[in-house]
Amino acid sequence: MTAAATDTLRRTPLHDRHTVAGARLVPFAGWEMPIQYPPGIKAEHLEVRRGAGLFDVSHMGQVETSGPDAEAFLQRVLSNDVTRLREGGAQYSLLCREDGGVLDDLFTYRLDRGSFLTVTNAANHARDFAWLAEHAQDFDGLSVRDAAADYSMLALQGPAARVILAGLLEEGEAPVRMRTARARVAGADCLICGTGYTGEDGVELLTEPDDAPALWDALIAAGATPAGLAARDTLRLEACFHLYGHDLSEDRTPIEAGLGWACKLDTDFIGADALRTAGDPADRLVPFAFTGPGIPRQGNPILVEGEPAGVVTSGTLSPCLGSGIGMGYVPAAAASPGTPIEIDVRGRRRTAEVREKPLYRKEH
Amino acid sequence: MAAEQSYPEDLLYHDEHDWARIEGEEGTFGITWFAQDALGEVVFFDPPEVGTTISKDQPYAEVESVKAVSDVVAPMSGEILAVNEALGDEPAAVNDDPYGEGWMVRVRLSDPTERDALLDAAAYEKLVQKS
Repeated sequence: MTAAATDTLRRTPLHDRHTVAGARLVPFAGWEMPIQYPPGIKAEHLEVRRGAGLFDVSHMGQVETSGPDAEAFLQRVLSNDVTRLREGGAQYSLLCREDGGVLDDLFTYRLDRGSFLTVTNAANHARDFAWLAEHAQDFDGLSVRDAAADYSMLALQGPAARVILAGLLEEGEAPVRMRTARARVAGADCLICGTGYTGEDGVELLTEPDDAPALWDALIAAGATPAGLAARDTLRLEACFHLYGHDLSEDRTPIEAGLGWACKLDTDFIGADALRTAGDPADRLVPFAFTGPGIPRQGNPILVEGEPAGVVTSGTLSPCLGSGIGMGYVPAAAASPGTPIEIDVRGRRRTAEVREKPLYRKEH
Repeated sequence: MAAEQSYPEDLLYHDEHDWARIEGEEGTFGITWFAQDALGEVVFFDPPEVGTTISKDQPYAEVESVKAVSDVVAPMSGEILAVNEALGDEPAAVNDDPYGEGWMVRVRLSDPTERDALLDAAAYEKLVQKS
């Protein structure tokens, strides 16, 4: 079934760990990645909501930007206001084309005054780096380096993540949300980031590839459950986080995608002019939930008042809500929460409703 | 917990990974261990309506896992007498017990001789081992 030439796929340093754990490995953005482990997607998903899941996200790319002009450069290429990113801070932004189309969505960490680490999506990494390198030529005091080979990346997510991490911290402290810290964890020097993609508290750990297997083993031994990319997808969709290639693309602007908060137009980033003159978008990305049976899938038509009006960009069955959920683009007039819509799922009209973000919120 | 791989000898198999249990002029259909394993955790079963006619080799229902949708192909032709309503609440029964609680439809067979085109357990097992 996954007959794509597996010998040409890249493997993370944790590949053996996944095999031993009985993971189902699939091609993903040029990598052979664990999509799920024997407990299955739903069990992994719920474990992240209740305990702690551990994801191998070493396929994600990294770009290091440093030098006196690093801040000015990133301010030009990234949509957010990089001057407001403090040392040890984290910031979400878009990488846009001149016309405002989205090339990628990224987290950037400011390691110190003149040094930044930006994490890219695996499928976009080569294109992102080429784009950054090209625009770096307009700046002098600047080094832009593809650092993807220097890092493995593990995401420890869930309400028990910090307890597990605290038990393995040897030097340093865990960062709070949206902050970073350097620390030694179970013998591995890590950059710990208080970020994630699940809607839960947790951290992402960047470490040298050689140290990744022992770090993985220590986190599992301390109680984290391996979780695959399939659960990562259902978790992020319940939390309404965008996935590039689904909810974001070159054909959509960040404003349409509901990411205007991450676009500071007065910073004059590449794409800001186009977004400024574009006015209010005709379409909006909205989260929705089914009010009856069925599961939406990417590409399903969305009907408003019975007429085709939009398209589903992400869809799944929500393990926490027990219903079909998704995101999709609809005309702005139909974007208000509570608006009844229908999704054409392979010829069957399923009833749904536009919802508030996030689709799932933790009860406190 | 997922079932162990098995292909019971009292069933007949279609090469699209469906099974049929034939009792006189009635048949019970479902998907094989191989099919449910390939699909992963089944989260939704969209059954046909009782009384509709289904045709050999044609899809008659859809089964979905979190990540994928798959047609369920009829191993034989006939009229739907019953659908497994319990799969509406417990679709994972298709994984847990594909030949028992995970049955999908019971059918009045319109041409019982169609069974001659189906595979026995040994032949089907040989087929999936090559996959």
